[in-house]
Amino acid sequence: MKLQPQRRTFLKGTLAGGAVLAAAGLGLIPSRLALAAWPEAAFHATSLDEALNKVFGSSTLEASDKVVLKAPSIAENGAVVPITVNAEQLPNVESISLFSEKNPTPFVARFNLKPGCVADISTRVKMGESGDVIAVVKADGKLYSARTNVKVTVGGCGG
Amino acid sequence: MSEVKLRAALKDGKCEVKALMTHPMETGRRKDKDGNLVPAHFIQTIELLHNGNLMMEAEWGGAISTNPFFSIALNNVAVGDTIEVRWVDNKGEKSSGTVKVK
Repeated sequence: MKLQPQRRTFLKGTLAGGAVLAAAGLGLIPSRLALAAWPEAAFHATSLDEALNKVFGSSTLEASDKVVLKAPSIAENGAVVPITVNAEQLPNVESISLFSEKNPTPFVARFNLKPGCVADISTRVKMGESGDVIAVVKADGKLYSARTNVKVTVGGCGG
Repeated sequence: MSEVKLRAALKDGKCEVKALMTHPMETGRRKDKDGNLVPAHFIQTIELLHNGNLMMEAEWGGAISTNPFFSIALNNVAVGDTIEVRWVDNKGEKSSGTVKVK
Protein backbone atom coordinates (compact mmCIF):
# COMPACT_ATOMS: atom_id res chain seq x y z
CA MET A 1 0.00 0.00 0.00
CA LYS A 2 2.86 2.29 0.76
CA LEU A 3 4.07 2.14 -2.82
CA GLN A 4 0.70 2.97 -4.25
CA PRO A 5 0.88 6.77 -4.20
CA GLN A 6 4.31 6.70 -5.79
CA ARG A 7 3.12 4.35 -8.47
CA ARG A 8 0.20 6.66 -9.14
CA THR A 9 2.50 9.67 -9.42
CA PHE A 10 4.73 7.71 -11.73
CA LEU A 11 1.81 6.73 -13.92
CA LYS A 12 0.49 10.27 -13.99
CA GLY A 13 3.93 11.48 -14.98
CA THR A 14 4.27 9.05 -17.86
CA LEU A 15 0.75 9.69 -19.06
CA ALA A 16 1.24 13.44 -19.02
CA GLY A 17 4.60 13.06 -20.71
CA GLY A 18 3.03 10.84 -23.34
CA ALA A 19 0.32 13.38 -23.98
CA VAL A 20 2.90 16.13 -24.44
CA LEU A 21 4.87 13.98 -26.87
CA ALA A 22 1.74 13.11 -28.81
CA ALA A 23 0.71 16.77 -28.95
CA ALA A 24 4.16 17.77 -30.15
CA GLY A 25 4.01 15.05 -32.78
CA LEU A 26 0.71 16.38 -34.02
CA GLY A 27 2.14 19.84 -34.29
CA LEU A 28 -0.06 21.19 -31.51
CA ILE A 29 2.93 22.56 -29.66
CA PRO A 30 4.98 25.19 -31.43
CA SER A 31 8.68 24.58 -31.81
CA ARG A 32 11.20 26.02 -29.39
CA LEU A 33 11.73 28.83 -31.87
CA ALA A 34 8.12 29.93 -31.76
CA LEU A 35 8.11 29.67 -27.97
CA ALA A 36 11.17 31.90 -27.56
CA ALA A 37 10.10 34.95 -25.64
CA TRP A 38 9.90 37.79 -28.13
CA PRO A 39 10.14 41.01 -26.09
CA GLU A 40 6.90 42.57 -27.27
CA ALA A 41 6.85 45.47 -24.78
CA ALA A 42 10.34 46.55 -25.84
CA PHE A 43 9.43 46.50 -29.52
CA HIS A 44 6.29 48.54 -28.85
CA ALA A 45 8.10 51.21 -26.78
CA THR A 46 7.75 54.59 -28.50
CA SER A 47 10.76 56.42 -27.08
CA LEU A 48 14.42 55.49 -26.89
CA ASP A 49 14.50 55.69 -23.07
CA GLU A 50 11.41 53.53 -22.74
CA ALA A 51 12.82 50.99 -25.19
CA LEU A 52 16.16 50.85 -23.35
CA ASN A 53 14.35 50.43 -20.05
CA LYS A 54 12.24 47.60 -21.43
CA VAL A 55 15.24 45.81 -22.91
CA PHE A 56 17.86 46.40 -20.22
CA GLY A 57 15.99 47.70 -17.19
CA SER A 58 17.99 50.92 -17.48
CA SER A 59 18.29 53.78 -19.91
CA THR A 60 21.75 54.85 -18.71
CA LEU A 61 24.32 54.04 -21.35
CA GLU A 62 28.07 54.13 -21.00
CA ALA A 63 29.72 55.09 -24.25
CA SER A 64 32.66 52.86 -25.09
CA ASP A 65 35.20 53.06 -27.89
CA LYS A 66 35.30 49.26 -27.75
CA VAL A 67 31.94 49.23 -29.49
CA VAL A 68 32.64 50.03 -33.11
CA LEU A 69 29.44 51.06 -34.85
CA LYS A 70 29.49 51.63 -38.58
CA ALA A 71 26.62 53.27 -40.43
CA PRO A 72 26.53 55.65 -43.39
CA SER A 73 26.54 59.34 -42.43
CA ILE A 74 24.07 59.92 -45.25
CA ALA A 75 21.55 57.25 -46.23
CA GLU A 76 19.88 57.93 -49.56
CA ASN A 77 17.32 55.25 -48.82
CA GLY A 78 16.03 55.01 -45.26
CA ALA A 79 14.48 51.64 -46.07
CA VAL A 80 17.89 49.99 -46.31
CA VAL A 81 20.53 51.41 -43.97
CA PRO A 82 23.50 49.06 -43.54
CA ILE A 83 24.73 48.80 -39.94
CA THR A 84 27.77 46.97 -38.61
CA VAL A 85 28.65 46.51 -34.95
CA ASN A 86 31.98 45.12 -33.86
CA ALA A 87 32.66 44.52 -30.17
CA GLU A 88 35.50 42.02 -30.47
CA GLN A 89 37.56 44.06 -28.01
CA LEU A 90 35.07 43.31 -25.23
CA PRO A 91 35.28 39.93 -23.47
CA ASN A 92 32.24 37.67 -23.11
CA VAL A 93 29.80 39.54 -25.33
CA GLU A 94 26.29 38.28 -24.56
CA SER A 95 24.20 40.42 -26.87
CA ILE A 96 24.28 43.22 -29.42
CA SER A 97 21.18 45.41 -29.66
CA LEU A 98 20.29 48.09 -32.17
CA PHE A 99 18.12 51.15 -31.73
CA SER A 100 17.07 53.92 -34.10
CA GLU A 101 16.29 56.95 -31.97
CA LYS A 102 13.77 58.62 -34.30
CA ASN A 103 11.86 55.55 -35.41
CA PRO A 104 8.24 55.38 -34.16
CA THR A 105 9.39 52.35 -32.16
CA PRO A 106 13.16 52.74 -31.60
CA PHE A 107 14.06 49.14 -30.67
CA VAL A 108 15.23 47.47 -33.87
CA ALA A 109 16.80 44.15 -32.95
CA ARG A 110 18.81 42.17 -30.46
CA PHE A 111 21.33 39.48 -31.37
CA ASN A 112 22.07 37.08 -28.49
CA LEU A 113 25.47 35.46 -28.94
CA LYS A 114 26.74 32.20 -27.50
CA PRO A 115 30.45 31.64 -26.81
CA GLY A 116 32.04 30.81 -30.15
CA CYS A 117 30.46 33.75 -31.93
CA VAL A 118 32.65 36.62 -33.02
CA ALA A 119 31.02 39.83 -31.76
CA ASP A 120 30.82 41.29 -35.23
CA ILE A 121 27.41 41.53 -36.85
CA SER A 122 25.96 43.35 -39.82
CA THR A 123 22.40 43.89 -40.92
CA ARG A 124 20.20 46.39 -42.76
CA VAL A 125 17.61 48.48 -40.97
CA LYS A 126 14.82 50.94 -41.76
CA MET A 127 15.03 54.53 -40.56
CA GLY A 128 11.97 56.76 -40.72
CA GLU A 129 13.99 59.97 -40.57
CA SER A 130 17.44 61.34 -39.77
CA GLY A 131 18.60 60.53 -36.28
CA ASP A 132 21.00 58.55 -34.14
CA VAL A 133 21.59 54.85 -34.45
CA ILE A 134 22.60 53.32 -31.12
CA ALA A 135 24.34 50.01 -30.59
CA VAL A 136 24.29 48.55 -27.08
CA VAL A 137 26.57 45.65 -26.27
CA LYS A 138 26.09 43.56 -23.16
CA ALA A 139 29.37 41.99 -22.11
CA ASP A 140 30.11 40.34 -18.76
CA GLY A 141 26.76 41.69 -17.56
CA LYS A 142 27.68 45.32 -18.31
CA LEU A 143 26.30 47.62 -21.00
CA TYR A 144 28.52 49.45 -23.47
CA SER A 145 27.25 51.65 -26.25
CA ALA A 146 28.10 53.64 -29.32
CA ARG A 147 25.96 56.00 -31.34
CA THR A 148 26.25 57.69 -34.69
CA ASN A 149 24.07 60.07 -36.64
CA VAL A 150 22.56 59.05 -39.96
CA LYS A 151 21.01 61.60 -42.28
CA VAL A 152 18.15 60.03 -44.18
CA THR A 153 17.15 61.69 -47.43
CA VAL A 154 14.17 59.38 -48.16
CA GLY A 155 12.37 57.87 -45.17
CA GLY A 156 12.10 54.12 -44.94
CA CYS A 157 8.92 53.50 -43.04
CA GLY A 158 6.43 54.23 -45.79
CA GLY A 159 3.21 56.17 -45.35
CA MET B 1 8.26 31.26 -47.87
CA SER B 2 11.37 30.61 -49.76
CA GLU B 3 14.47 29.19 -48.25
CA VAL B 4 17.09 31.22 -46.41
CA LYS B 5 20.04 31.87 -48.70
CA LEU B 6 23.21 31.15 -46.80
CA ARG B 7 26.92 31.50 -47.32
CA ALA B 8 29.52 30.23 -44.90
CA ALA B 9 33.19 30.56 -45.75
CA LEU B 10 36.35 30.25 -43.69
CA LYS B 11 38.51 33.34 -43.66
CA ASP B 12 41.43 34.09 -41.32
CA GLY B 13 40.42 31.22 -39.05
CA LYS B 14 36.85 32.43 -38.69
CA CYS B 15 33.73 31.36 -40.47
CA GLU B 16 31.86 34.24 -42.03
CA VAL B 17 28.15 33.52 -42.24
CA LYS B 18 25.92 35.63 -44.46
CA ALA B 19 22.18 35.07 -44.54
CA LEU B 20 19.59 36.55 -46.88
CA MET B 21 15.90 35.95 -46.31
CA THR B 22 12.88 36.69 -48.47
CA HIS B 23 10.28 38.47 -46.37
CA PRO B 24 8.10 41.62 -46.71
CA MET B 25 8.98 42.84 -43.18
CA GLU B 26 5.82 44.94 -42.89
CA THR B 27 5.88 47.12 -39.79
CA GLY B 28 2.10 47.49 -39.62
CA ARG B 29 2.46 51.28 -40.10
CA ARG B 30 2.78 51.42 -43.87
CA LYS B 31 -0.26 52.35 -45.95
CA ASP B 32 -0.96 50.88 -49.36
CA LYS B 33 -1.89 53.03 -52.35
CA ASP B 34 -5.54 53.06 -51.26
CA GLY B 35 -4.61 54.43 -47.87
CA ASN B 36 -5.23 51.19 -45.98
CA LEU B 37 -2.78 50.07 -43.34
CA VAL B 38 -0.80 47.01 -44.38
CA PRO B 39 -0.93 44.54 -41.48
CA ALA B 40 2.28 43.85 -39.59
CA HIS B 41 4.16 40.88 -41.02
CA PHE B 42 7.78 40.52 -39.99
CA ILE B 43 10.33 37.99 -38.82
CA GLN B 44 10.50 37.93 -35.03
CA THR B 45 13.05 35.28 -34.12
CA ILE B 46 16.10 33.94 -35.90
CA GLU B 47 18.38 31.11 -34.88
CA LEU B 48 21.85 30.28 -36.15
CA LEU B 49 23.11 26.76 -35.58
CA HIS B 50 26.55 25.25 -36.08
CA ASN B 51 26.41 21.45 -36.43
CA GLY B 52 23.05 21.59 -34.67
CA ASN B 53 24.29 23.70 -31.74
CA LEU B 54 22.60 27.04 -31.16
CA MET B 55 25.20 29.81 -31.63
CA MET B 56 23.04 32.90 -31.97
CA GLU B 57 19.40 33.74 -31.60
CA ALA B 58 18.06 37.14 -32.48
CA GLU B 59 14.84 39.04 -31.84
CA TRP B 60 13.80 41.39 -34.60
CA GLY B 61 11.16 44.05 -35.01
CA GLY B 62 9.64 45.44 -38.18
CA ALA B 63 12.53 47.91 -38.55
CA ILE B 64 14.78 45.29 -40.10
CA SER B 65 14.75 45.97 -43.85
CA THR B 66 12.58 44.08 -46.31
CA ASN B 67 14.27 40.86 -47.45
CA PRO B 68 16.50 40.83 -44.36
CA PHE B 69 20.23 40.33 -44.42
CA PHE B 70 22.60 39.65 -41.58
CA SER B 71 26.14 38.48 -41.21
CA ILE B 72 28.11 37.18 -38.27
CA ALA B 73 31.32 35.25 -37.77
CA LEU B 74 31.96 32.06 -35.81
CA ASN B 75 35.09 30.57 -34.29
CA ASN B 76 35.97 26.86 -34.23
CA VAL B 77 34.34 26.00 -37.54
CA ALA B 78 35.87 23.49 -39.98
CA VAL B 79 35.33 22.77 -43.66
CA GLY B 80 32.34 20.48 -44.08
CA ASP B 81 30.56 21.67 -40.91
CA THR B 82 26.88 22.48 -41.19
CA ILE B 83 25.49 25.97 -40.67
CA GLU B 84 21.74 26.43 -40.39
CA VAL B 85 19.62 29.57 -40.09
CA ARG B 86 15.93 29.44 -39.31
CA TRP B 87 13.30 32.06 -38.62
CA VAL B 88 9.71 32.43 -37.42
CA ASP B 89 7.57 35.48 -38.15
CA ASN B 90 4.68 37.07 -36.27
CA LYS B 91 2.18 34.94 -38.18
CA GLY B 92 3.94 31.73 -37.24
CA GLU B 93 5.32 31.21 -40.72
CA LYS B 94 8.81 29.80 -40.77
CA SER B 95 11.68 28.96 -43.05
CA SER B 96 15.25 27.81 -42.83
CA GLY B 97 18.39 27.22 -44.84
CA THR B 98 21.39 24.98 -44.43
CA VAL B 99 24.85 25.15 -45.94
CA LYS B 100 28.12 23.21 -45.67
CA VAL B 101 31.14 25.32 -44.81
CA LYS B 102 33.62 25.75 -47.67
